[in-house]
Amino acid sequence: MSQHVDITLTVNGERVSRRVEARTHLVDFLRGDLGLMGSHVGCEHGVCGACTLRVDGDIVRGCLVLAAQLDGANIETIEGVSDSGEIRDLQDAFIARNAAQCGFCTPGMLITAADLLKHNAKPSRDDIREHISGNYCRCTGYHAIVDAVETVAKARAVKV
Amino acid sequence: MKAPPFAYARASTLSEAHALLADPDAKPIAGGQSLLASLAFRLSQPTLLVDIGRISELSGVTLLGDHLRIGALTTHAALGRNDLIRRHVPLLADAASLIAHPAIRNRGTIGGSLAYADPAAELPACVVALDATIIVGSARGERRIAAADFFTGLLSTVLADGELITAVEVPCRAATDRMTIAEIARRSGDYAMAGVAVKLAMNGPQVSAARLVMFGVGEGPVLAVHAMAALVGQPMEASAIETAQAALDRDIDPPADHHGGPDTKRHLARVVLGRALNKIATEAA
Repeated sequence: MSQHVDITLTVNGERVSRRVEARTHLVDFLRGDLGLMGSHVGCEHGVCGACTLRVDGDIVRGCLVLAAQLDGANIETIEGVSDSGEIRDLQDAFIARNAAQCGFCTPGMLITAADLLKHNAKPSRDDIREHISGNYCRCTGYHAIVDAVETVAKARAVKV
Repeated sequence: MKAPPFAYARASTLSEAHALLADPDAKPIAGGQSLLASLAFRLSQPTLLVDIGRISELSGVTLLGDHLRIGALTTHAALGRNDLIRRHVPLLADAASLIAHPAIRNRGTIGGSLAYADPAAELPACVVALDATIIVGSARGERRIAAADFFTGLLSTVLADGELITAVEVPCRAATDRMTIAEIARRSGDYAMAGVAVKLAMNGPQVSAARLVMFGVGEGPVLAVHAMAALVGQPMEASAIETAQAALDRDIDPPADHHGGPDTKRHLARVVLGRALNKIATEAA
């Protein structure tokens, strides 16, 4: 049986067909085959959260999914949700609150925060900490990140 | 690290999966949340991964009379939000929120968690507490295995080569049943340092039957028979809870791990059992 697999999937709204090595995980596929460098490779075993992105609308660990498993799937990366403007308010709040220093965790952190706000429009600070508990940040001590997410949640609640 | 090379085949039916898994060097992949990490560490080197993630026969949650049939591909996220599970087996919905993090719960499956049999995992302890039946199949046919007989030791089960978990059948709760799960972990979502899954049948204020299953303190889920016996026939009050906590010492023989020595684990187990039972006592009052 073949160690290569043909896949067709949608990445940030564009249809993509490629032949991939079966062992290639989604983040290596995005970075190596498609040149999308926004999803970061940290621990590569599901602990750090730096590779968090969306598959069919749900957040997943990009390092714990094989590209071969995703034939037909809809992938959204930090590049996609940045270009669409979907998380513009979160990005602005991260800057305003100093919620990013080295920036390595930031793409995964933003996508995880966006996922929280999609499911819970009025999260408490504990809810925010719980939802980002799988995303390591070694710079900020998390407090500024929680501030930023809380700011956006409150701002969005006022708008609605 | 990167995974070693392997071949990949997607099975579209259960019988196709069984045929592909007859190869002793093949491994099934569903959510892949444990398997892909262990491949990255090169702890395992299968020559073929059989993707079972799109087999409809392994999906879905169905109410069948007095029990629920939960397909092996049901994700932890689905366990947490499924209405049938929340109503009839709330222990599994409560357990889901303790398993890893949201991004992992979206892909990890109940079948994968049971087959992997991590001693600190929540779902193996839950299915033993619930007296569930695990249905497994292979090219040779189907077997039904009581959850209490399924786990045989560290990362070990009675699953034979080529056998795949199809579904889990769980008895629905009676109106007088109480269930809860509690665990202690350093970081929310990490594997438990000690945990317990509890199912009590109540006769008025008294416990008429008890299932207490510890996790994170042995080589698999541990049925705490002495602590269970200490509760039966007693009202759910502080004195019965204290007796059960004391009896727990005879039920567990925790190995030292990176969280601490056996004495630390014994202490944590007593604390977590107390928290779980006090939660039930408070709800009843």
